[in-house]
Amino acid sequence: MSLRSPLSRVLGLGAAKDGTAHWWAQRVTAIALVPLTLWFVFSLLTLPDFDYETVRTWLSVPITGFLSVLLVGVMSYHSYLGTIVIVEDYVHSSGMKVLTLMSLRFAYVLAGGAAMFAIFRVVFGFSRL
Amino acid sequence: MPARGRPLSPHVGIYRWQIGNTLSILHRFTGAALALGLLALSYWFVSLAGGPGSYAAAARLLASPVGLAVLLGWTFSFLYHLLNGVRHLFWDAGRGFERTPRHVSGWFAVLGAIVLTICVAAWIWSRL
Repeated sequence: MSLRSPLSRVLGLGAAKDGTAHWWAQRVTAIALVPLTLWFVFSLLTLPDFDYETVRTWLSVPITGFLSVLLVGVMSYHSYLGTIVIVEDYVHSSGMKVLTLMSLRFAYVLAGGAAMFAIFRVVFGFSRL
Repeated sequence: MPARGRPLSPHVGIYRWQIGNTLSILHRFTGAALALGLLALSYWFVSLAGGPGSYAAAARLLASPVGLAVLLGWTFSFLYHLLNGVRHLFWDAGRGFERTPRHVSGWFAVLGAIVLTICVAAWIWSRL
């Protein structure tokens, strides 16, 4: 006779609590990043120049801006999933671990959010007060 | 961390160094390097939104000798992580686990990344 509750049994997550969610998300984002990163690198490398006007004009094309936002979003998530595993592997004291994981999450949302907001500013233009 | 000096199971130190573990470590290392690259990418986008002045400052930083060396490192890291990541996806699908395909794909990932890094560097160099 199992002492596990019916809910616990149907969720099937065990002591790790989150099952395959992390692993699966890492793979889904990896697959999405193959075309996204290749597009970004090719698109950037085939620009005639890297000066301000050329790059700004390139990024303000809607499809470039859209794909760049997707790139930053998916890449931040994929990178976050990867770095937390490194922290979980090497940071052993639980207080330090929680602190590092929280700081990482803040850092990713901050950096990713700043990049996305910057892309929106370039695509939609902005007014100075 | 164990408070007492209990015996540990065999760890890194007793295994022979070989391509499998080397590439695995390199995958994690390049992933960590790319996490820092993401910060640089973010800074680059923000500098672009900030106008010609801030973009010129970012471009100067990235085009400096140290900046170019770091960009070269990120280029290799990206290409290797991409090729070896595809290798991992094949493993996830249950393919390529045998000794020969495992080693061949491993060498393909490393050498492919080196060759492609040189191609990207040459492409940029030819247009400077």
